[in-house]
Amino acid sequence: MTINTLTADKPRLVVVGNGMVGHHFIEQLIEQGAQHQFAINVFGEEPHLAYDRVHLSEYFTGKAAADLAMTDGRLYDENGVRYFTKSQVVAIERDAKSLQLASGERLSYDILVLATGSYPFVPPMPGHDRDNTFVYRTLEDLDAIRDCAKQVTRGTVVGGGLLGLEAANALKNLGLETSVIEFAPRLMPVQLDETGGQVLKEMIEGLEVKVNTATATQNIVDGEQAFHRMNFADGSYLETDLILFSAGIRPQDALARQSGLEIGERGGICVNNDCVTSDDSIYAIGECALWNGRIFGLVAPGYSMAKAAVAHIMGDSDKRFMGADMSTKLKLLGCDVGSIGDAHAQTQGCKVFVYQDELTQSYRKMVVSEDGKKLLGAVLVGDNSYYDTLLQYYLNAIDLPDNAQSLILPSMDGAPAALGVDALPATASICSCHNVSKQDISDAVCAGALSVGDVKGVTKAATGCGGCAALLKKVVDNELLALGVEVSTDICEHFAYTRQDLYNLIKIEGIKSFAELLQKHGKGHGCEICKPAVGSILASVWNDYVLKKEHIGLQDTNDRFLANMQKDGSYSIVPRIPGGEITPEKLIVLGQVAKDYGLYTKITGGQRIDLFGATLPQLPEIWEKLVAAGFETGQAYGKSLRTVKSCVGSTWCRYGVNDSMGMAIHLENRYKGLRSPHKIKFAVSGCTRECAEAQSKDIGVIATEGGWNLYVCGNGGMKPRHADLFATDLDDETLVKYIDRVLMFYTQTADRLQRTSVWMESLEGGLDYLKEVVIDDKLGLCDELESRMQHVVDTFQCEWKTTLQDEQALKNFRQFVNYEGDDTNVVFVEERNQIRPATEEEKQQLIAKAG
Amino acid sequence: MTMQWKLMCEQQDLIEGAGIAAMLDGQQIALFYVPEAEQQVFAISNWDPIGKANVLSRGLLANLKEQWTVASPLYKQHYELQSGQCLEEEGVKVTTWPVKLETGKVFVACR
Ligand code: SRM
Ligand SMILES: Cc1cc2nc3c(=O)[nH]c(=O)nc-3n(C[C@H](O)[C@H](O)[C@H](O)COP(=O)(O)OP(=O)(O)OC[C@H]3O[C@@H](n4cnc5c(N)ncnc54)[C@H](O)[C@@H]3O)c2cc1C
Ligand code: SF4
Ligand code: FES
Repeated sequence: MTINTLTADKPRLVVVGNGMVGHHFIEQLIEQGAQHQFAINVFGEEPHLAYDRVHLSEYFTGKAAADLAMTDGRLYDENGVRYFTKSQVVAIERDAKSLQLASGERLSYDILVLATGSYPFVPPMPGHDRDNTFVYRTLEDLDAIRDCAKQVTRGTVVGGGLLGLEAANALKNLGLETSVIEFAPRLMPVQLDETGGQVLKEMIEGLEVKVNTATATQNIVDGEQAFHRMNFADGSYLETDLILFSAGIRPQDALARQSGLEIGERGGICVNNDCVTSDDSIYAIGECALWNGRIFGLVAPGYSMAKAAVAHIMGDSDKRFMGADMSTKLKLLGCDVGSIGDAHAQTQGCKVFVYQDELTQSYRKMVVSEDGKKLLGAVLVGDNSYYDTLLQYYLNAIDLPDNAQSLILPSMDGAPAALGVDALPATASICSCHNVSKQDISDAVCAGALSVGDVKGVTKAATGCGGCAALLKKVVDNELLALGVEVSTDICEHFAYTRQDLYNLIKIEGIKSFAELLQKHGKGHGCEICKPAVGSILASVWNDYVLKKEHIGLQDTNDRFLANMQKDGSYSIVPRIPGGEITPEKLIVLGQVAKDYGLYTKITGGQRIDLFGATLPQLPEIWEKLVAAGFETGQAYGKSLRTVKSCVGSTWCRYGVNDSMGMAIHLENRYKGLRSPHKIKFAVSGCTRECAEAQSKDIGVIATEGGWNLYVCGNGGMKPRHADLFATDLDDETLVKYIDRVLMFYTQTADRLQRTSVWMESLEGGLDYLKEVVIDDKLGLCDELESRMQHVVDTFQCEWKTTLQDEQALKNFRQFVNYEGDDTNVVFVEERNQIRPATEEEKQQLIAKAG
Repeated sequence: MTMQWKLMCEQQDLIEGAGIAAMLDGQQIALFYVPEAEQQVFAISNWDPIGKANVLSRGLLANLKEQWTVASPLYKQHYELQSGQCLEEEGVKVTTWPVKLETGKVFVACR
C-alpha cells in the first residue's frame, strides 16, 4: 500500500468507512462530478469493499460475497477514487487536519467524512466473551457462525428485535435448534405493540423456534449437555452450543470521541441538517450520525444523509437532511411484520382501530388522529398486503376515507382496499431508499421512460430494498395513462389482445388452429409477429406437430426447417446432447456425418456440438443418419428448452454433494419439447462452486447438503441478470414440481419473446408473488400447471423423427421445386482445415477465376 | 416485348400460406401461395438484397395494412409481393413476375 504518496494538487476529501452509506456517498459524489474537484480517498476497515448489509442473511441462502457486493471497485477506479480495504483509521488530529491509520501511517485531509456505521452491542454479562459467541453484522461474522454451526446442534439468539429474529431465522436455516431470549416483555418492542408482539411470538413458536420474553440473562458458564449454560435472573437456565448477541446497535463514534467532536449523551456524532459535525470540515453520515437526538438504524435515512452531505460539499444548500421515516415492513421467519409511525399510540388524544383473527394469526392496528382524519401509525402482523396503502396515507397525511377501518379489514375478495395512486400528492415518497417522489417518476415518464424498467434505470427507484416495486409499477402505469400514452398491449394489428389473452382464449375455447383463432378473435390475415406467437401458443397448449399443414405457415424460418438459418441461407444442425454428456460412439457419428457432408463443427456455448453449412435438401438426409444413431432434435431453432448445462458433480468431482449430471439429464429430457414465449436455459451444479453457472440461467439448480437449491429467472445475453434464489434444500420431487409450475406459469403469462428475466422484472409483486403462486398456491393454479406440463412431457415427439416419416413435410426441403441443382450463391472456402462461408470479395474472385 | 408463360410446377407443390423456391431461366424466384388473396400466387425474386442471400422464399407471409408482404428470414425487412417494394428501405426493391394458375398448374411470365 502506498498511502504516503497520496499527494495531489486537488483538495483532499477523505471518507472513513466503506459501508452502505459510505459507498452511496461516493456514488453521489461521482454523480455530481466531485472527482474532478477533489482527490477522493476511502478507507474501510473490512476486507471487502461495500456490500449490501441489508441482505446479509442471503449469504446463508446461496448468495456469495460477490453477489452482495455493491461495487467491484470499477466505479472507483474509473473515476480516480482511491480506496483501501483492511485500513482502520485510529485517530484524527483535527488541528493538523490529519488522520492516523492502524498501520501507523498518517495523511492529511481537507474535508473528512465519517461513515463508520455502528457496532453490535454485547451486554457485558459474565461469560459474554466465551468461545462460540458471535455477533451478526459482517460477512466475517457469518463465516464464523457457519463454521461453528457445522459442529453443533443448538443455537440461541440474545435479543428479540428485528435483527435478532432475522439472525434466529439464519440459525434455523443452518439446521440448529433455535431459541430467542428477549429481555423485554415482547418481541420487537420498538416496532410492535403488546398484542402484535404476542401474535408474532405465537407464529414464530409455531415454526419451532423457542421464544423466551421477559428473560434476563445473568451469566454464561460451561454447560453440562451443551457448550454453554445461560443462567437467567429467575433461576432457570438454558443449555446451548452457540450464542448470537443481537441486543441492539451502538453508533461507531470512537474517532469522534478521541478527537473531541461533539457527541450525544448516549453516543452518536452530532450533526446538523447538512450533516456537518461540530467541526466545519468534518461530516458524519449513516448510522454513526446523531441528528436531532436521533440515530437512524436503517439504510434509507443514511442515503438521504449522504445526499445532503454531498450537496453541501458541492455548494448546494437545498438538499438538507430533514429526518426520515422509520416505518418498516419485513418478513421474519416467514411472518409478515409491518410497523408505521406512532405504532405505540403515544400521540395525545389519538384513537385506535384493531382487527385480530386468531385463526389465521393476523393482527392489525391503525392509530388515527383525534378527529379521525389522519393516520398516525399502524402495526401489522401476519399480512403485509395492507402496508403500502397505509404507509402512503401516513407519509402524505392524506385524509382518511369515511370507513377508515376498512383499510385493515379483510375485504370480501381477499384484497385490501387499495389507495388509488391518483390520490397521492406529487411529493409522495414512492421509494424511500433512493428518495424518489411521485413527481420524480412523473418527470421520468415525461422524459421518455415508458416502462417500469426504464423508470428504474433513470430514477433508481426500487433498486434498493425493493420494497416499493409494486407501488412503483402502479405509479408508472398511472402516469402513462395520464399522459395519454397509449400503452397498447395488442400483439399486432391483427389481434387486439396480449399474448396472455391469446393463450387463455386458445386454452379455454379449445382453439386448434391459427385460422380458427383469426376467424373468432382477429382480423386481416396475420403477420410475422402474430403467426409465430400463435404457433408457439398452440404448441405449448396442444403440443401438435409443428409442420402440420395448418401450422407450417406460422413457423419462423428456423422452426419451419427445424434448423438454424445462417447468413448465406445454409443451415446449422444441433442435435440434443442432454446435460452435455455424450458417448464416444455418438461423438464418432457426429464426426463421421460432418466429414461426409463437409460441415464445419464447433462446440457451442451450451455444451453441445453444432454442425454448420448444410443445404436445405441435406437436412433430412443428415437427420436420417443422426436419428438412426439415437440422436434427437436439439431444438436450437425453437423458442423452447435449449440446453441444461451441467457439471460432473458428485460422481467424479471431489467437492460434489449430489448427482448434478443425473439431474441435468433428467431435467433436459423432461422439458425438451416445451414451446415457450422465448428460449429457456437451465444449468445444474454439483456444489456451490457452481461450475455450471446455474445462477445465470432461466432455471438454475445447485446441489446442497440438504438437496437442491432452485434459482429462477437468470439471464446471460444482452442484459445479464443473476437468477433469484427461489427455494432451498428441495428433494428431487419437489424440485421438479416447482420447475413444472414456474415454467408453465411463465408460458401462460409472459409476453411474446420475453425471457424469464424480463418477465420476472415485470411481475407485479416480483419474486415474492411468484413464490406465493408456485409454493403457496395462492391462485389455486398449481394442479393445472402441473398437469399441463405433464401433458407436454407425455406428448413429446422428436420433430425430426416425425418429419422423416412424413412425405408431405419432406417436400418442404427441396431447394427448388423445378430444378435439382444447388444455390450457387452458397460458397465455402477453407480456414483452419474447415469450411466457412466465402466473403463477397472471395466470391467475386472465385467467379473471375472460373470465368 | 412479348410475354412467354413458363410452367413452374403443379399447384399441389405450393405450400399454403408460405413460399417455395423455383428456377426461372437460371434465376431464383420465390413463389408464394396465398389463397386469401385475389391473385392467389405471387412470384418475386428469391434474392434478399439486404441480407445478400437467396432466402426470400423461406420468409413468413405478413398481411400489413391490407398489403401482402413477405418478411425476410434474415433481418425481417418486408417486401411487397405485388410490387417488390421494400417497406423499410425506400430505395430497395426486388423483381416481381406475373403469375397465373391454370388447370392446376403454375405459370410465370418471363420477359
Ligand atoms: C451456437 C451458439 C454460439 C456458439 O457457437 O456457441 C449460439 C448461436 C446463436 N445464438 Fe446464442 N448461441 C449459443 C449460446 C448462447 C448463450 C450461452 C448459453 O446458452 O450458455 C447465450 C447467453 C445465455 C442466455 O441466453 O441467457 C446466448 C445468447 C443469445 C441471445 C441473447 C438472448 C438474451 O436474452 O439476451 C440471442 C438473441 C435472441 O435469442 O434473441 C441468441 C441467438 C443466437 C442465434 C440463434 C442467432 C441467430 O438467430 O442466428 C445463433 C444461431 C445458432 C445457430 O445457428 O445454431 N443467443 N447464446 C450457442 C448455442 C448453444 C446451444 O448449444 O444451443
Ligand atoms: C443483518 C442485518 C439486516 C439489516 N436489515 C435492514 C433492512 O431490512 N432495512 C434497512 O433499512 N436496514 C437494515 N439493516 C441496517 C443497515 O445495514 C444499515 O443501516 C446500513 O448498513 C448502515 O450503513 P453505514 O454505512 O452507516 O454503516 P455500515 O454499513 O456499518 O458501514 C460502516 C463501515 O465503516 C467501517 N468502519 C468503522 N470504523 C472504521 C474506522 N475507524 N476506519 C475504517 N473503517 C471503519 C466498518 O467496518 C463498516 O464497514 C440491517 C443490518 C443488518 C446487520
Ligand atoms: S460445481 Fe462443484 S461439483 Fe460441480 S464440478 Fe464444480 S466443484 Fe465439482
Ligand atoms: S423503498 Fe427500498 S428500493 Fe424503493
